[in-house]
Amino acid sequence: MAELKGWKDLPIGGLVLEPGTAKKYRTGTWRVLRPVFQPENCISCMFCWLYCPDQSIVVELVDGKPKMKGFDYYSCKGCGLCANVCPKNIDPKTKQPVAEEKRAIIMKPETDFVEE
Amino acid sequence: MPLKQAITGAEAVAYAMKQINPDVVAAYPITPQTPVVEYFAKYVADGVVDTEMIPVESEHSAMSAVVGAAASGARAFTATASAGLALMHEIVFIAASLRLPIVMAVANRALSGPLNIHCDHSDAMAERDSGWIQLWAENAQEAYDFTVMAYKIAEHKDVRLPVMVNFDGFIISHGVEVVETLDDELVKDFIGKQIKMYPLLDTSNPVTYGSIDMYDYYFEHKRQQVEAMKYVPKVFKEVAEEFAKISGRKYDLIDEYMLDDAEYIMIALGSTAGTIKHTINELRKEGKKVGLLKPWIFRPFPKVEYQRLLNGRKAVVVLDRSASFGAEAPLYQSVKSALYEIAVKPQIGSYVYGLGGRDITPTHIQQAFEDAFKGDLIVDEERYLGLRE
Ligand code: SF4
Ligand code: SF4
Repeated sequence: MAELKGWKDLPIGGLVLEPGTAKKYRTGTWRVLRPVFQPENCISCMFCWLYCPDQSIVVELVDGKPKMKGFDYYSCKGCGLCANVCPKNIDPKTKQPVAEEKRAIIMKPETDFVEE
Repeated sequence: MPLKQAITGAEAVAYAMKQINPDVVAAYPITPQTPVVEYFAKYVADGVVDTEMIPVESEHSAMSAVVGAAASGARAFTATASAGLALMHEIVFIAASLRLPIVMAVANRALSGPLNIHCDHSDAMAERDSGWIQLWAENAQEAYDFTVMAYKIAEHKDVRLPVMVNFDGFIISHGVEVVETLDDELVKDFIGKQIKMYPLLDTSNPVTYGSIDMYDYYFEHKRQQVEAMKYVPKVFKEVAEEFAKISGRKYDLIDEYMLDDAEYIMIALGSTAGTIKHTINELRKEGKKVGLLKPWIFRPFPKVEYQRLLNGRKAVVVLDRSASFGAEAPLYQSVKSALYEIAVKPQIGSYVYGLGGRDITPTHIQQAFEDAFKGDLIVDEERYLGLRE
């Protein structure tokens, strides 16, 4: 994080005087659970992209169509919304979660990745 | 030409706001503030002002709406009292911490419970640490004058803080007095063009208001608020001086009534000061050296002025129209703490009076003065005027 400023050097009222500064804030440090993408199960419905509150779904256009490509872990705060709305994570008949290997997004404890 | 009008304090405040012609007024009615908003709503309905009036569903919304309006760059006004102010509480702090030059008139009324609609100062005192500037009027004239002066203080670039104009519920808000109002043009020129800082509607310079402020920066922003308050006395004096030029009425941080040679000084906020002045006139006839120190501004608390004025006097009697349960009454607390640093400390005593609109008469005031004359003031004893034992 950038060096912290003293009170004399800050705009009053907690105002932020330039746009787009959220980009500089690494909300990825908040993550307790990490979404992991399993592309083989993805049907590119883009629900995850639509719902993600932090625009952390990486999308690529293939033949003019959007494809889910994975996560931007710099900003992904691990809220799990994407996994929650992903239609591939639920069995349409039983409405129960499907086996992990069949899901397109699984949530893993961040501690599994400490090596990284 | 100044115009003499027989009007209530509520109408005087509304009249000042008509002359100021604010961009936005959002308010919710509550006794005894209601007539302020009623009079103003009539100006809006009659097309006398250009104000966007927002009738909201609660005071929480009223304060939220003026916060939004002020952040967007509008001159915004609201008025309330008692429970209404309490319901605003959360947003009252936000208005100050976002450094928005909002003006709010408060027709001071007791807080429930038991339910009571009459005057005391518990509503404003509950907001004394909210970061608002608090002006206190003695009568309808002062309520009018402070409303006219308020935006100039609030909008000053070194201040950028909201201003609360306090005037006693019913006593001032509903009492008819002769008020000398200024010409519309004069008020307009005095108020001047609004000084905008960081308006949200300036889309070519986008800013963000109200983002989350964690342990890394919140403290620094609070320190800035502390600093802004330090500029208020100077700015208040400047504005008061300018106001004196157009009105002939001189204001300062403190109203000094017969203070020069006074040995016994009473301190009180609001309308009771009028009764005290009357009592002082009577006591002076008997040769008693008595005087009144009436704070026109309570927040910030101009400690140095109190020290200058109270050093070496015989006794100081502080009257509070609100209690601080389990501690000393708010005005008394502040005065007593100011006296800690002075060379020759007077005797000092605390008197709570007038809660829930209980009448205060010259006899009560005389009674407190008599205690002081006898040397019978006890620094750690809170006494009560007009209370049945
Ligand atoms: S976990 Fe939350 S923040 Fe991260 S990609 Fe999914 S929806 Fe976005
Ligand atoms: S919601 Fe699931 S299936 Fe849809 S694009 Fe995202 S990962 Fe793929």
